[in-house]
Amino acid sequence: MNTVALGWDRTLIELKQYIREKESVFFSFTFPILLLILFATIFSGQFADAGPGMSAARFFLPGMISAGVLLTSFQTMAMSVATERDDGTLKRLRSTPMPPAAYFLGKVGLVLITSLAQLAVLLAVARLAYDVALPADAGRWWTLAWVFVLGIFGGVVLGIAWSSLATARSAGAVVIAPVLVLQFISGVYFQFTSIPHWLQSIASVFPLKWVAQGMRSVFLPEAMASEEMAGSWELGRTALVLGAWAVAGLVICLTTFRWYKRGTT
Amino acid sequence: MTAISMRRLRKTYGEKKAVDGIDLDIETGEIFAILGPNGAGKTTTVEILEGFRARDKGQGEVAVLGQDPARPDRAWRNRIGIVLQTTSGLDLLTPREILTSTAKAYSTPRSVDDVITAVGLEEKADQRIAGLSGGQRRRVDVGLGIIGRPELLFLDEPTTGFDPQARRDFWELIRSLKDEGTTIVLTTHYLDEAEALADRVGVIAAGRLLALDTPAGLGGRESAEAVVSWEDEAGTRHTVTTATPTAEVSRLAALHDGREVPGLQVIRPSLEDVYLSLIAPHIVAETEASS
Repeated sequence: MNTVALGWDRTLIELKQYIREKESVFFSFTFPILLLILFATIFSGQFADAGPGMSAARFFLPGMISAGVLLTSFQTMAMSVATERDDGTLKRLRSTPMPPAAYFLGKVGLVLITSLAQLAVLLAVARLAYDVALPADAGRWWTLAWVFVLGIFGGVVLGIAWSSLATARSAGAVVIAPVLVLQFISGVYFQFTSIPHWLQSIASVFPLKWVAQGMRSVFLPEAMASEEMAGSWELGRTALVLGAWAVAGLVICLTTFRWYKRGTT
Repeated sequence: MTAISMRRLRKTYGEKKAVDGIDLDIETGEIFAILGPNGAGKTTTVEILEGFRARDKGQGEVAVLGQDPARPDRAWRNRIGIVLQTTSGLDLLTPREILTSTAKAYSTPRSVDDVITAVGLEEKADQRIAGLSGGQRRRVDVGLGIIGRPELLFLDEPTTGFDPQARRDFWELIRSLKDEGTTIVLTTHYLDEAEALADRVGVIAAGRLLALDTPAGLGGRESAEAVVSWEDEAGTRHTVTTATPTAEVSRLAALHDGREVPGLQVIRPSLEDVYLSLIAPHIVAETEASS
């Protein structure tokens, strides 16, 4: 079989394992969806007089999509690769004639399928349960597409890179801690400009803030751009930052990836 | 034909010489057992042969199936099977799922059903591996090692956790692989396993090959003195150590006018006795060195 066919076969194996692991399904797939429902319910009163078309669900949708991107790409990758390196799965795969690229294609396939499914569910819940208007123009859908793809790609490569810092036992803490902190400082759960300015500056270094801002540009009214840090959606800068992280992540991956756990082979 | 050939194989970690100049040829089609205490260079040697670990640069020569294992490529991996230590990474899959997927990486794999039958997992083929016993999981590992129809198979402690019947079944499987022409390199702590399976045995300790022989001949075991013991009328046990045990047994038989000699035993040194005496000096040396 060629590398692409093997990569697809790995995708199916990865999906089977993902779906059968109830914890991963809950903490990476279902979590943003539950939070959207929760936030839309809890904060619905605060948006009662926000004007036509504005609602808690619409306000939180971009953040939940961004959290989903982070969880299904970065968190899934970092945790699974750290565990597989530790428990010898990577070594076993390395002992077969499977080309290394097939393993990574399998991971990318897993993340693409789960994150697209998650995005679809989030959009469906927002549209059907909370009557959130989805973008009508092609331009906004195009923004959604490239922000999503750059965000996912960056999450995958950075997750694989980050996995080198964790072991199976420490993966929970080593991976979840930065994921949680980033979500809180990147404007996923709160309005970004409501957090202290110095924290905004720190968050601006990392990709999640830019994914969330890009998503807001897709789903929020044009007028709300004035509430952003720079007073605009900054789509050009978003593309630059996300692109830079994607390239940096890929380089770190290629230079630091290990098939065997430290201290063994 | 040699499947594996190494000359002056060396691997050093800082000051420590993990492998300190091993010369060895393993013939095509033989079952070769590598014995040795933990931390004596056995695993390092095997991992160099498996293409997992680099030997010291510029030192010695190694060829595995005619190729330097320091540069493992896809075609070479296609001809080699490795049964690694059990992992928990397959818990969420079934034996059939992981065997089917793994088979796809090889050019001429065995049929998944044949492998499932060969390792005796028919009953468990479609159950999650998480629910399998230690011995059953080990059979999955063995199945993964042979699914690609390897010419050369590495087995690392293959029967750990097997019950006696499962071990006998496993030995039969290994013999049938040998009959098909597979070369097998076995590392084990079970000396009866080495004795039952191996054509030749190599003992590695302190990074060196201490002994290389058939299991029967190791350490001069064939010609070693035997211990003959029996009981007299009063029930007291007598022992005689002799190079000619047959003569001693004949003498006893004559003494008893052809009746059964009570409690008669003829004991030759077991492979375990020979092995322990071979590695004993190195165990002592290591303890002294570290104290």
